[in-house]
Amino acid sequence: MSALILQWSMVVAQVFLVLAMGCATWRMLRGPRAQDRVLALDAFYVNGMLLMLTFGIRTGTTLYFDVALLIALLGFVGTAAFAKFLMRGEVIE
Amino acid sequence: MMPPSAVPDWVMLLTAALVLFGASITLIGSLGLLRLRDFYSRVHAPTLGTTLGTAAILAGSIVWFSAAQTRPVIHEVLILVFMVVTTPVTLLLLVRAAFFRDR
Repeated sequence: MSALILQWSMVVAQVFLVLAMGCATWRMLRGPRAQDRVLALDAFYVNGMLLMLTFGIRTGTTLYFDVALLIALLGFVGTAAFAKFLMRGEVIE
Repeated sequence: MMPPSAVPDWVMLLTAALVLFGASITLIGSLGLLRLRDFYSRVHAPTLGTTLGTAAILAGSIVWFSAAQTRPVIHEVLILVFMVVTTPVTLLLLVRAAFFRDR
């Protein structure tokens, strides 16, 4: 019984996270200005990382953890570079 | 590694509750990103997912893998520390850039 509850709550959590990624995508496409799009990209990265973690719990392999860590790292670097670009007009000075 | 069917019931229920709570909080944050009106209020919304949502899902992952492998698995703390350190830095940079552009 509780295994069934766990399985279904994993499915529901993944649906929620995909809907959150959809919201971020919509804001990324619609966003009136560039900073809205960068913020939406950051939220998109975080939601994707959480989706990877739920995949890891569901399949029981720790392989997805490394993917999640990599997404977190690259998301930070990407958002920082975009913010720097919006501030100065170039990434590396 | 223990087969997942041998994990006790309360661990399964606790993992389910934590992951569902984290995913709901993250969805609420992203809905705020979609619904709020201007950029400076939209910045606040997704941090709900990056702090509480991430913490709840990582706690569920810690509980689940510690029970399934019958040893403490705490490498998820690495992601939590990393998110807590980097999110304020990136959003501060982004808001400063937006403020500079609005001026």
